[in-house]
This record gives sequence, C-alpha cells and structure tokens, in this order.
Amino acid sequence: MVKLTYIAADGGRTEIQAEAGDNVMHAAIAHDVDGIVGECGGSMMCATCHCYVDDEWAARTGERHDGEDDMLECAASELRPTSRLSCQIKLTDDLDGLVIHLPEAQI
Amino acid sequence: MTNRAVIIGAGQGGFQAAMSLRQEGYAGVITLIGAEPGLPYQRPPLSKAYLKSGEADKLTLRPASFFEKNAVDLHHSTTVDAIDRKAQVVRAGGRDFAYDHLILATGTRNLRPPIPGLDRALDLRSLRDAARLRAELDRPRRVAVIGGGFIGLEFAAVARALGHHVTVAEAAERLMARVLSPEMSARFLDMHRSMGTVVHLGQPVTEVTADGIALADGTCIAADLLLLAAGVVPNTELARDAGLTVENGIVVDAMLSTSDPAISALGDCAVFPDPRTGQPVRLESVQAATDHARAIARRLVHGARDAYAAVPWFWSDQSDWKLQIAGLAGPGDSAHQDENGAVWRFDGEVLTAVETINDAKTHMKVRRLMAQSEGQPILRSSLAAEAGDLIA
Repeated sequence: MVKLTYIAADGGRTEIQAEAGDNVMHAAIAHDVDGIVGECGGSMMCATCHCYVDDEWAARTGERHDGEDDMLECAASELRPTSRLSCQIKLTDDLDGLVIHLPEAQI
Repeated sequence: MTNRAVIIGAGQGGFQAAMSLRQEGYAGVITLIGAEPGLPYQRPPLSKAYLKSGEADKLTLRPASFFEKNAVDLHHSTTVDAIDRKAQVVRAGGRDFAYDHLILATGTRNLRPPIPGLDRALDLRSLRDAARLRAELDRPRRVAVIGGGFIGLEFAAVARALGHHVTVAEAAERLMARVLSPEMSARFLDMHRSMGTVVHLGQPVTEVTADGIALADGTCIAADLLLLAAGVVPNTELARDAGLTVENGIVVDAMLSTSDPAISALGDCAVFPDPRTGQPVRLESVQAATDHARAIARRLVHGARDAYAAVPWFWSDQSDWKLQIAGLAGPGDSAHQDENGAVWRFDGEVLTAVETINDAKTHMKVRRLMAQSEGQPILRSSLAAEAGDLIA
C-alpha cells in the first residue's frame, strides 16, 4: 500500500492508503476525496483531475505525459510548474507518502 | 425552490445530476433510481480498458460512502413503472416517489433490427454485457461485429489485439459514417485492416445463424461470437406514456426542460436545440450527459435561465489511436484535412467540428476556441488570425 495525502485548497487534509498500480485520480475517487472530478475516467479528454504535486515530491512523480500539457492548459484553476493530471500519476511503492495539493476548482 | 428531486436513470448523467444538485447547494431530498444493480459506473471503458483488464471496481463513479455523505438516496435494481404527472409521483417497484422536480436520464438501449436469428448476437451496453463478452474471449474465437461505429470498432480492436479472428460488417458505405468525415473513415478502415481485421462495407446483415452471419451480397462469415453494435434507441417509453413530447428522444427546450416544466431530461435520451443551429439534436456522449446535468442543477438551485451552450466533444480509443472530435458536424459538412492530419469540418463558411487522431493539442485548442466564441460563428476566413497555426 502507498500512503497518499490530499490537501484541499482550504487546507483540509485527507490521508488514504492506496494500492500501488492505481493512479492519483482514481485513488481519490475510490476513497471519496472531494476536489477531483475525473469526468472522462482517465481517458485524457478533460482537465478535471488537475492537481499540484507537492514541491518535495515533484521530481519523483516524473514528467508530464504526451498531451498532458495541452489538456492542462484548459484546467479551470491556475496552472503551475507542478500541475499534473492526477490520472496520469501512477502510484508505485517509491511514492509512499506522496503529498498532492488540490486546486480551488476543476470545472 | 423545490425540495424533492427524483432522477430516473443512474448512469453517468443521472449520477452527475445528483452530485451537481448537492454541489450547487440543493438542500432537499434527492432520489436516484437505476434499473441496474450496484453503484453507478462509467460506461465508456466497457468497450476499451475494462475489456482488457476486467477491473469492474475501477468503473464505479463514486463509492457507497459518497451517497451517504451527500444524502443521495440510491435505489438500484429498480425499474420505474410509470410517471404520474398529475400527482407528481414516480411509481417504481411497488413504491411511490413524490417529486417537485423530476429528471429523466433514461439513456439508450441497443437497436435490434428485425434480422432473423439476431437473438444470437450479444450486446455491449452494460457491465453485465461487457463481463459476458470478456468471458467469451477467453479462448480463440471467430468474432463477427455487426456495426462499424465507435463501440463495434473499439471492441473489434481489442478482440483483434488479443489474437482473435475478427470481421466487421457495416451496412453503410464507410465506418463511423454518422459522426465522421469520409477522410477519417478511410484512415480508420486502413488501420483496422492493417491489424488483420476483415471489414465489409455497404453490406447489411440479412441473417444470423449458428454458423455466423450472412450479408446482403450473399457473403457468409463464419463466426462463433457475435456482437451487435448497430446503434441505439433512446429509452422514451416512460416519457411518452406520461404524455411528454417525444421525437427521436425526449424533447426539451434550450433550458433542458420537457413540455412539463416540472420535468427535465438529459443525456443520451434527450433531444435538445443545438446551440449553433437551433435544430433538435440528440447526442450520445459523456460530455452531453454531464454538461446537461450541471446546467439543470444550476437552473433548479439558482434559477439560472441561460440557454445550454456547452461545446460537444467525443472520443474513441481504437488500438493505439485516440480519435477526438471537438464540435458537432452535420453529415453534409465539408471536410478539409490540414498538413498535421486534422480534419476541419465546415457548414458553408462556419467551422462545425475538428477531428484529430492522437493530437490533443489541436483538439483542446479548438474546444477552447469554440467555448470562447460564445455562440458567434467561427468563420473559416477568421481561423488563421484567431487560431494562429491551427489551419494551413
């Protein structure tokens, strides 16, 4: 299991234990974490699972995938260097303890 | 302000309506009634990722805790018998659900043309259908797919990649003809044939037997697994029996209200005025279902009266090609392929849709451009200036 912390725009923290192999968007939905919509189910058709990877972790979650930049440009909230589509961040044991910040709005 | 909302249909649109009502601050009772068992789930992956992985739990839209936390009263495995508009009551499974506002999200079911023997062919609409098909692919099969639209071709691509022998029979002269330009149809035809899939065009199926299918020109295709994917019909019987206006779907106005102001309809079952042309249109897509749901929630909670104007978008994953469509083209719209392979559709001089393969950049640019145009037509002559390098 991989420990994962989501920090909402208002500062609220939710800690979950997710399975390696899952992705950050789906783990949030499966654990009923507010702040991620994931409308297209991870098909890279929307930008409603936008998240900011915590600075401490940004290097370890890797580069944005092909096409991710283009989707993120349509995100509802401010784009930052640490912006990712959470559906594209796959959880591995190396990411145990990962901290994800959520934007104010997804739509 | 209403205080009892009932939603018939617990697919992605019905679920979104419940979620959006709460998010917008609706304080009343929300009842969500679905015919299928279990929690609401996503349908698009049934013909894509699910067929490969078999991970049904990944499809669930939200866990059971969401329904408790948001006080959404989910009645699954429940078929609605009738709507009593006078009493404002939905009758389902021997129970009465009173409503101040009713939302119809009844979706579609597979079109079953009157072809002899067609009951041998399987559907791909529900998780149950997909689970059965997936189980059937556990040994070498000769697969025949009736219908060369999104779902038929997505299934064909998965089955072929798994090593099965696959034939697609399409009645029209080209693949995905209803939604795609001839240029794109041709590219997908080449792709499927290069995978080793046999594709017959312009040949309606005339008979289904224990040995396979027969086509209009006499061709017989041996098959031991048959998928019927020849389009859908909207589920309108409840609306029709309740006296609502039905014409190729449940007819709604620009605010997604039916002919009864206490009843709205959304998603695949709803016929609404196309924001661009004003013509009635019915879309089968996640985008329409969820954007309709959000618009209805805003109207019910805040009294928003603005006309529905969301930009349509569609996608299909076939092999490693992601087809994306921004906008909505009519069948007669012209098609112009640019140097990057994107196909631009025009109704006269007005941009109606852009079709791309594995080109998220162009797709998203066009979606943004269409959203920013706020209903003003995007003229071909203005594209070079507005969209920079978008069109050659």
